[in-house]
Amino acid sequence: MTASTQVGTQAANGTAPTSARRRSADGGTRVRAGNASAPYLFLAPFMIIFGVFVLVPAVYGIWMSLHNWDFFLPERPWVGLGNYLELFDPTSLTAVQFWESMRATGLFVLFSVPFLVVIPLGLALMLNRVFPGRTFFRAVYFAPYVLGVAVIGVLWQNLLNANVGLINYYLGRLGVTEIIPWLTATPWVWVTLVGVTVWWTLGFNAVVYLAGLQGIDTTLYEAARVDGASRWHEFWHVTLPGLRPVLLFVVTITILASANMFGQSYLLTGGAPSNETRTAIMYIAQTGFEQFRMGRAAAMSYILCLLLIGISALNFLLFRRQEKN
Amino acid sequence: MATLTPAPASSGAMTDGDVRHVVHQRPTRPWTRVPFYLVLFVLSVAFFAPILWMISTSFKTAGDATALPPQWIPPEFSTDGYTVLFSDPQAPVLRWLANSVLVGVAHTVLVLLTASLAAYSLARMTFPGKNVAFGLIVSTMFVPGFVFLMPNYLIVDAFDWLDTMWALVIPGAASAFGVFFLRQFFLSIPGELEEAAVLDGANRWQIFWRVVLPLSTAPLATLAVLSFLASWNDFLWPLYVLFNPESLTLPAGLATLRSAYGTDFPAIMAGAVLASIPVLLIYAFAQRYIIAGVSRSGLKG
Repeated sequence: MTASTQVGTQAANGTAPTSARRRSADGGTRVRAGNASAPYLFLAPFMIIFGVFVLVPAVYGIWMSLHNWDFFLPERPWVGLGNYLELFDPTSLTAVQFWESMRATGLFVLFSVPFLVVIPLGLALMLNRVFPGRTFFRAVYFAPYVLGVAVIGVLWQNLLNANVGLINYYLGRLGVTEIIPWLTATPWVWVTLVGVTVWWTLGFNAVVYLAGLQGIDTTLYEAARVDGASRWHEFWHVTLPGLRPVLLFVVTITILASANMFGQSYLLTGGAPSNETRTAIMYIAQTGFEQFRMGRAAAMSYILCLLLIGISALNFLLFRRQEKN
Repeated sequence: MATLTPAPASSGAMTDGDVRHVVHQRPTRPWTRVPFYLVLFVLSVAFFAPILWMISTSFKTAGDATALPPQWIPPEFSTDGYTVLFSDPQAPVLRWLANSVLVGVAHTVLVLLTASLAAYSLARMTFPGKNVAFGLIVSTMFVPGFVFLMPNYLIVDAFDWLDTMWALVIPGAASAFGVFFLRQFFLSIPGELEEAAVLDGANRWQIFWRVVLPLSTAPLATLAVLSFLASWNDFLWPLYVLFNPESLTLPAGLATLRSAYGTDFPAIMAGAVLASIPVLLIYAFAQRYIIAGVSRSGLKG
């Protein structure tokens, strides 16, 4: 729709903007400066990069996944759904390894998400109170997040070293005589991956919750207080319902982030023991970038992507169903 | 959700000026504060101690680094870790540092420029195809990045950018989040300002450059800080598109140090400290922008 037709339809509907403020609400259509190509010129630099590195790859990836696409081979024969079917063929080694990596990703999501949803909420409730030093504590809890996984990885590799690491030493002082193999044996590898991730990213979710808490109408708390509600009642009947959209967002984004886990496994456990903690992204990267079987790797990414879309949709539906009840 | 639209120009109030809004505070007796502060204190030690350990270890001798009981203050202050690191031709850390800075700055400038231009046209202009463009941009925010890994590797290779900084700067520069984030802010700018500029004879570019951008320093700073942090900390992509030790960034370099140095912890921790200094400094100075950016991006859902 051009600027003039839009103004025209608005007039015909009797909704013609009466003040400049109203007009600006739909994007300042009355401002006529420059020519008709101006919007496209403004959009062009972004769209060129976006097109080449986001839109084209989204389609190109599907094309790749339908070919036997080895980076170093001149011939990339069409295999149709071959790459996908292979991933569902229980006799193929690739399928076995792929689903093993999907299992690792699934376990990580299952173990990490509850902690990453609940602990930051508790922390946000504490940090939402008014007390001296609040800003300082917020800053401290968020700090590890800005460090990035490469630093986190080498740091915890040191701290969790079975023999000379700090953690085992202090556990020993507390009476734990066993030397815990944090980086090499189950179930400890999982405790490590989840624990380090919680330590690293907890501040992020806490800040999102804090913003949500500040959006809750304070008169609801006053009303609850007048009715003699206890703290627990306040939390259950005012805070939680008020946080529902934020909670949905935190759960969704945490599942996606955990399903994307790569660096922690790569740097801390290296997939040990025997590929048990090799996550899906790690296996996809190895297949594509180390074995150069890129068609296969692309097919794997689409399967993982579809699964994640499904989980997000399910998550969304569950929240909506609850809302109705 | 009311907070979806960013606060107008002086949005400094977003982060910590919000104390007065918390009127539902129950009166607390002083003694109930003791366990509260205790929990906060214990937690903050748990959060900060590992970072202090990293710094402390980087100044130890190799022997002291693995000595038990652990020494929080290096018994013998040593810069061996840094010397080893800086003198190893296989690990040109200063080069990695320069690469990371260069990539981070170039990436950030490009994100700010392309995203603000696109966001401006999407927020303040009407043109055919606008909704399609905006829909496409927003919908890609929900596609996980790993889907683009394989095809982008081939595209970058086709441009002959493998093992160069271009591979890190350009592909990630199309920030759908940046466009969305700035558009929300631009929508809140009063149209009168633009109209006044038009009466003064300004064209679109002049309005954008002289009116809109100067009003948007807070969201631009937020986006700049978030983009720089993301670029600085990026790990998976640099790990696979860079090969030559000379062309690595610090995060990718750290991964190679880890395997090359084994348990020479002072050297590895020195590398980790080096990779942390810039982000910790930025965090110290731009904390309110980072936290505001995270909470705003969090509220888009």
